[in-house]
Amino acid sequence: MAFLEIKDLQVDYATDEGVVHALNHVDLELHQGETLGLVGETGASKTTMAKCIMRLLPQRTGRIHSGKIIYQDQDLLQASDQEMRKIRGAHIAMIFQDPMTSLNPVLTVGEQIAEAVENHRHCSKAEAMRRAEEMLELVGIPAQRVGEYPHQFSGGMKQRVVIAIALACDPKLLIADEPTTALDVTIQAQVLEMMQALKEKLNTSMLLITHDLGVVAQNCDHVAVIYAGEIVEYGTVRDVFKRMSHPYTRGLFTSIPQVNADVKRLIPIPGMMPDPTQLPAGCKFCTRCQFADDRCRREHPGLYPVEGIHTARCFRLEKGGSLT
Amino acid sequence: MKGEKKELIRTEHLKKYFPTPRGLLYAVDDINFSILEGDTLGVVGESGCGKSTLGRAILRLHEPTDGTVFFDGEDILKLNRRQMKDKRKDMQIIFQDPYESLNPRLTVSQAIQAPLIIQGMYKASDRAGLEKKTLEMMDLVGLARRLVNTYPHELDGGRRQRIGIARALALNPRFIVCDEPVSALDVSIQAQVLNLMQDLQEHLGLTYMFITHDLSVVKHLSTNIMVMYLGQMVEMGTPAQIFKHPCHPYTKALLSAIPIPDPDQRMDRIQLKGELTSPINVGPGCRFAKRCVYATPECSQTGCALREVEPGHVVACHMVGEAVD
Repeated sequence: MAFLEIKDLQVDYATDEGVVHALNHVDLELHQGETLGLVGETGASKTTMAKCIMRLLPQRTGRIHSGKIIYQDQDLLQASDQEMRKIRGAHIAMIFQDPMTSLNPVLTVGEQIAEAVENHRHCSKAEAMRRAEEMLELVGIPAQRVGEYPHQFSGGMKQRVVIAIALACDPKLLIADEPTTALDVTIQAQVLEMMQALKEKLNTSMLLITHDLGVVAQNCDHVAVIYAGEIVEYGTVRDVFKRMSHPYTRGLFTSIPQVNADVKRLIPIPGMMPDPTQLPAGCKFCTRCQFADDRCRREHPGLYPVEGIHTARCFRLEKGGSLT
Repeated sequence: MKGEKKELIRTEHLKKYFPTPRGLLYAVDDINFSILEGDTLGVVGESGCGKSTLGRAILRLHEPTDGTVFFDGEDILKLNRRQMKDKRKDMQIIFQDPYESLNPRLTVSQAIQAPLIIQGMYKASDRAGLEKKTLEMMDLVGLARRLVNTYPHELDGGRRQRIGIARALALNPRFIVCDEPVSALDVSIQAQVLNLMQDLQEHLGLTYMFITHDLSVVKHLSTNIMVMYLGQMVEMGTPAQIFKHPCHPYTKALLSAIPIPDPDQRMDRIQLKGELTSPINVGPGCRFAKRCVYATPECSQTGCALREVEPGHVVACHMVGEAVD
């Protein structure tokens, strides 16, 4: 039984330019203690997915058409606002992308961590503050700095504070939306290593949203590749990285220069992501795919099995064939 | 290789210090290097190490505090304003953030034409000539002609960065400082722009100074790589030398921190203590000593001069050859 199950999730944004089809019938499962990587480019709706689970979609424009998000036998999409407030932070916590803007500049870091604790555990201010100090130590910041303000911390340190806030109430699921994108590689490595260690220590499950294939390879158990609001490939990290089966996944790999390989020339994915208000009728990737034929432009491919749980959304796999 | 390549850029003891309320900030401190014509020098380092300041100091967008910059044998720091303006035709820059470096009120064609008019290569009244040149530049960088009258906010990051490149190339420069030109772009677009820059270098014989924090990009593009730490060069060599045989502990740590997109290759990370220390009022010793696992008391007292470990490969660390290897 999956720990978190997303079923047939369909989300639109109503904008002046038309209806943006953000998520199109997404199914995804996350298991206890596992780290699931969600990879895709800007505009693939990675963050929308995170916001749906947290029920943080903008109320005026965001519309959830259909689907279920089942967490511990409860459909989060049916939960009342009051129930959601209990779940957010205590059960499911989120680490936002930009530590520079996700902290309140006029509150000390201690107050910001304690605020999360007070909201969920009916404890005194002093107790909450003690918990804040504990959390700072946990993420590698000396507890004496509890009374300092965000501007007194560097970028990597701020992200540690954000992580401390997220973990303060022992959540069961952590959603990390590009947690290290704004950080330098050496600091990124420190932060990821710390997240990994804490995750194991606290037995937290994690949804790690990123565009960096390296981060996925080094930190995740399973990976889902998302393109234009659709999962196009899913499997264990090893399956997907060793036997990439969707042309888009392949394109991502040939686009990046790698330090451990010598490539004279990169092979980019031609063109751009389609306008999300006017997605192609068939396969969403058909406008950029070298293998696309008439059927791809007409019909929408389902997810075909590659091997085991490894699946990919491409007609070329229909007869159990391989891409090569 | 066809004959000896000519040296296009050379800096000697280039320094840029910024006065701050707390003391002098050593952004660029005694940097010496040269770039041969048609080559690419990759400059890597963490944010705050002074790599962007270095790029700007060479173009005199930040007036250097001390030192000299030679462009094609000429000391450009001696040029007066007018001569420097003239020289800028040859030396251009592509900025990091395509979302912030373009004027939102200028259309694509106006943005590309601005430098042409400012440099007097075309008269503002020469509509036909300007238009022809604009379309030529758009073709060169792969911007569809129909976008000629669009504004930056209507375009995505990849296309905006192409405007930045078109603007820089419009003046037929010989040398371009590329300050993180692909950092803000998605990988598939990044690959398109990197390929474009390689093609243009080949066809036009351009010389690049490529500033980035992304080591894999630098390895892909560069003829030589310079690793910077707190305003100083700590190591320089060819990509093969730097990646196969890194010598400075900082370079090693930097390389080991890159997440490799292969689940079977586990990262064997060298722990770095803490974060970049302050570049203000730095002491005489090695600036990396506080974070270095090999540091001895000697390191924080005396600085280390650059020395050659193999032809073309220089390192600033006196432990090299001893504990570090």
